Amino acid sequence: MELIQTENLVFEYIRRDEEGNVEGITKAVDNVSLQVKQGDFIAVLGHNGSGKSTFAKHLNAILMPTEGTVYVDGKDTREKEALWDIRKTAGMVFQNPDNQIIGQVVEEDVGFGPENMGVPTKEIWERVEESLKAVGMYAYRKHSPNKLSGGQKQRVSIAGVLAMHPKCIVLDEPTAMLDPNGRKEVIRAVRALNQAENITVILITHYMEEVIHADKVIVMDQGQVAMEGTPKEIFSQVERLKELRLDVPQVTLLAHELRKSGINLPKGILTTEEFVEELQKIALQIL
Amino acid sequence: MLRDITLGQYYQTDSVIHRMDPRIKLIGTIIYMISLFLYKNITVYLLAFLFLIIVIRISKVPFRFMIRGLKTVMFLLLITSVFNLFLTKGEPLVSIWKLTITKEGLANAVYIVIRLAFLIIGSSLMTLTTMPNQLTDGLEKLMRPLKFFKVPVHEVAMMMSIALRFIPILMEETDKIMKALMARGADFEGGKLLDKAKAMVPLLVPLVISAFRRANDLAMAMEARCYQGGEGRTKMKPLQYKRIDYMAYGVLALYLLAVILLGRLYPLSLIS
Repeated sequence: MELIQTENLVFEYIRRDEEGNVEGITKAVDNVSLQVKQGDFIAVLGHNGSGKSTFAKHLNAILMPTEGTVYVDGKDTREKEALWDIRKTAGMVFQNPDNQIIGQVVEEDVGFGPENMGVPTKEIWERVEESLKAVGMYAYRKHSPNKLSGGQKQRVSIAGVLAMHPKCIVLDEPTAMLDPNGRKEVIRAVRALNQAENITVILITHYMEEVIHADKVIVMDQGQVAMEGTPKEIFSQVERLKELRLDVPQVTLLAHELRKSGINLPKGILTTEEFVEELQKIALQIL
Repeated sequence: MLRDITLGQYYQTDSVIHRMDPRIKLIGTIIYMISLFLYKNITVYLLAFLFLIIVIRISKVPFRFMIRGLKTVMFLLLITSVFNLFLTKGEPLVSIWKLTITKEGLANAVYIVIRLAFLIIGSSLMTLTTMPNQLTDGLEKLMRPLKFFKVPVHEVAMMMSIALRFIPILMEETDKIMKALMARGADFEGGKLLDKAKAMVPLLVPLVISAFRRANDLAMAMEARCYQGGEGRTKMKPLQYKRIDYMAYGVLALYLLAVILLGRLYPLSLIS
């Protein structure tokens, strides 16, 4: 069995009117089956209300499936005894940096998870040091979280999850409230963890630039998986992405428009370097 | 910037007092308060004064920070001394119109001023030398026996430290909402008291709603990080008494003994 496996996952919100009568049922997640291997970098895309955040919360057993099953490291999330093991295995980073930092000093916040797990004091310090170094925030360990920038706060949150030694980190729109610099900072830290420590990353986002380095991209729409594949495969279908109300990276869009007007560029160009290279090839052909 | 406001009134410096365990500082403050109320005796107050001065010297906190705490209670101090001055019955000293100052009244006023002033300075010395989170840690550990009576000690301490963490965030949010309201013509300054109170309503409603939203988010984040109450929790910074703390306990015991001895053997009252 893979590290994370969902089988026909369905989650329903029950909408009620003021008297508490059932008004209707919204399927936030509709029949999602997914397998994530150890060490994968998975990006989940979707516009607002596509069910991507609801899906993410199932991987940490914050929400329980209405139908279907979620297995994290072979354990069913609905089993009560497995709850804390699952939360140790799949750590979670949320959107708002202010609302997930508990400690009044950076190092105390990073130590919060290990404290809850009952890790001995000496080991907590080792874990805090190593996690803060992994996200490049060791120099700020004595600072108050209130004085950090958004990107720095999110890196502290990631360190807080890292200190619990998870196999997988689920990031639920970690960059939505950050400025472009903060976004880059956070994504760089996440990629480094994925590559250096072989930690599985599931990144929920609606910024296209953040998914181009993923191993696999999943596009969600109305609770269902609308597209699935490598970034190249996904971004070669520009028209389909537009239908799903998603943007594509600027370079990809430019290449797509150029292709439409008859320049022979390959599909699914993701980075500026790639684009320049292909353009040079064509220029050489013409000359 | 609202973010730069330091909470409590912690004064950052490195001294023996700063490095002491928060528990000894809490207990020390309580013992000091008790010592002030044991006897109405000038010799005891002299000793208490001396003790306070020495501790302040060791703490390296500038004296003006102590006075700052006193300023806020100046009004209370004034009222209590005035009441004591005029309303205590006894041997008349001076009589102006219908008001009489008695000997006992004068003595009581002096006592109350001394007691309150020392008490305030003593307790602000504690908050000046102890970080708020250390204070909650110390309280949690000291109150642990209360668990026996089903008092949720850990939960209360956790709530206190979360409150401390969120006060600056909520203050900044208040500032933001106020500016947004002012930009649309809200007036927080002018008007009568009732108008001022009414102007606060549109400020408080979004603030409370956002506080609830934050609480919800935070609870989820805490659960996601395996928080399950105080059971089976270890500490990153466990409180441990060091030699200096035991020595401090010794000094405290000596001080209390000296107060009792002085109070018994050398009673020196203002009224004989």
